Amino acid sequence: MQNLGKIFAVSLLSLAIVGCASSGGTTDEAATTDTSVEESQTQAVPDSQGLDVVTEEQAAMAANPLLDQTVVYFGYDRSEIRPEFKDILNAHAQYLVANPQARVSLEGHCDERGTVEYNLALGERRANTVKRYLVVQGVNPNQLESVSFGEERPAVVGSDDSAWSKNRRTEINYQAR
Amino acid sequence: MMRTSLVIVSLLFSVFAKAELTIEITQGIASSIPISVVPFQTASTLPGSLIDEVVANDLERSGHFSVLAPKDMLSHPHTEDDLYFRDWRLLKQEYVVMGVITQLPEGLFQVRYQLFDVFNERELLTQTLKANEGQFRDVAHRISDAIYEQLTGIRGAFSTKIAYVTTNPERTRFNLSIADSDGAREKIILTSKYSIFSPAWAPDGKRIAYVMLEDAGSRVYVQDITTGKKQLISSNKGLNSAPAFSPDGKKLALTLSKDGNPEIYVVDLTTRNWLRVTNHYGIDTEPNWMPDGKHIIFTSGRSGNPQIYRKNIETGYLERLTFEGHYNARARLAQDGRFLVMVHQAQKNDDFHIASLDLTRGLLQILSSDTYLDESPSVSPNGVMVMYAAKHNKRSILAAVSVDGDVKFLVPSKSGDVREPAWGPYLN
Repeated sequence: MQNLGKIFAVSLLSLAIVGCASSGGTTDEAATTDTSVEESQTQAVPDSQGLDVVTEEQAAMAANPLLDQTVVYFGYDRSEIRPEFKDILNAHAQYLVANPQARVSLEGHCDERGTVEYNLALGERRANTVKRYLVVQGVNPNQLESVSFGEERPAVVGSDDSAWSKNRRTEINYQAR
Repeated sequence: MMRTSLVIVSLLFSVFAKAELTIEITQGIASSIPISVVPFQTASTLPGSLIDEVVANDLERSGHFSVLAPKDMLSHPHTEDDLYFRDWRLLKQEYVVMGVITQLPEGLFQVRYQLFDVFNERELLTQTLKANEGQFRDVAHRISDAIYEQLTGIRGAFSTKIAYVTTNPERTRFNLSIADSDGAREKIILTSKYSIFSPAWAPDGKRIAYVMLEDAGSRVYVQDITTGKKQLISSNKGLNSAPAFSPDGKKLALTLSKDGNPEIYVVDLTTRNWLRVTNHYGIDTEPNWMPDGKHIIFTSGRSGNPQIYRKNIETGYLERLTFEGHYNARARLAQDGRFLVMVHQAQKNDDFHIASLDLTRGLLQILSSDTYLDESPSVSPNGVMVMYAAKHNKRSILAAVSVDGDVKFLVPSKSGDVREPAWGPYLN
């Protein structure tokens, strides 16, 4: 129980640092980063329950599950980042800052509604807002490449709300770790 | 053995790769003109009566005619001597088409046809055409064009071609194909593992521009249809998309985001000089030329949702054209720019349909109400029909509707998905 408390404290600290790093961004983004700190507290604790000894490295490991989440989703016809995905992006930003050799391709996608060409442009927007967010968190833009696949490469085939919501996304694909 | 396997391979290829488009008419006009196309007289060595069937199908598909089936005719005349107008009046027919195909030396055929006005008992049209057997469909569409123009006053577009993209259900193989306007004689002109979209015809009908979405992003190519040679036009950083030939065929309008945001550009295909047309932080894409070659219409998200705008590329004067609806995009022009035809969504979360906007009267009309997720409208060169892509029974199919909304038909394929139709220009 003591260990758990320590992990909690360390991960809170690391997330607070991420939160601070975003203060250079627009007010909109900085404000929502705060909520991500609150949300990631509840996510970081259960993941680290099995650990006995706590070091800073392990604390960083505790944030790793977020790095496994490499897709952020968007609202219909929208390209701004939803608050619930900021902790995921913050984790990737932290990783990319700590690992300058890492390279990421940001792939923007859309659902099938609307026109092919407008969706291609919208997909680029979704890739670019993620790129901008990561850069605001301190990531070197040279580590990031954005590309749009529009509605051409759906994650889920189907013509219903469930399929559409999974297709409106930006995928964070590591080209080098 | 080698030969056998080759035959099998090509058979399989034709079954799986070709879309085999057919046409189902879903709505014609109530006051369609009754016309009879009598089976043409042919030498016994000729295969069936392909020409009269194609003519009958063309006329029926236009929605302006109701064609009498040959089995319901009282007689099958081939020349004036056998034509009794009272028979056709009895059947309430207004027009009769008949023809004779005769064999000439060197594999050529002569096709002579006549169009008669039953009420006035007179000949309206007669023509004699020469062709080889491989050109029977061309002859048939030429006959349909002439009859259509004679009876409606509008130039026929049956002889034109359509381009479209077919995909297997797994979306691992994309074909850019060209076919007759009735879907027959499909030819695949490009096969790729990458998605192909936005095919756009050059005004001479000899080249097609399109977008290929490669792993590194979108690229614009122009392909010579006869030689199959493809030329890379644009591979800038960011989007390279939405090509549209200028009316003189010398320039291409397209969308590039090399400056960080999608903007409309015009490239001179000879000099490769680039002109930037738009400059706005919103999405600008889907350019299309007005017939004057000076104005470009395009989709812009600058108001918050996609709407159609028109810009004079010489003076820079910009106008917003659409105000009704949540989403208006990918506009094409019909009837010398009098009508816009576009993808329209009335309100957020409504279905997407094809709509026309009469630019002189400001009237918006939804044309396609019984298909779903409608997109990519393309107008026939005579400005009468709009072909578009839609979802039908979970598959992408082509459908068509007249610009006045009166005539509708579906063009289902026997396999795979069909998307991105582009109606070609007049070829003669």
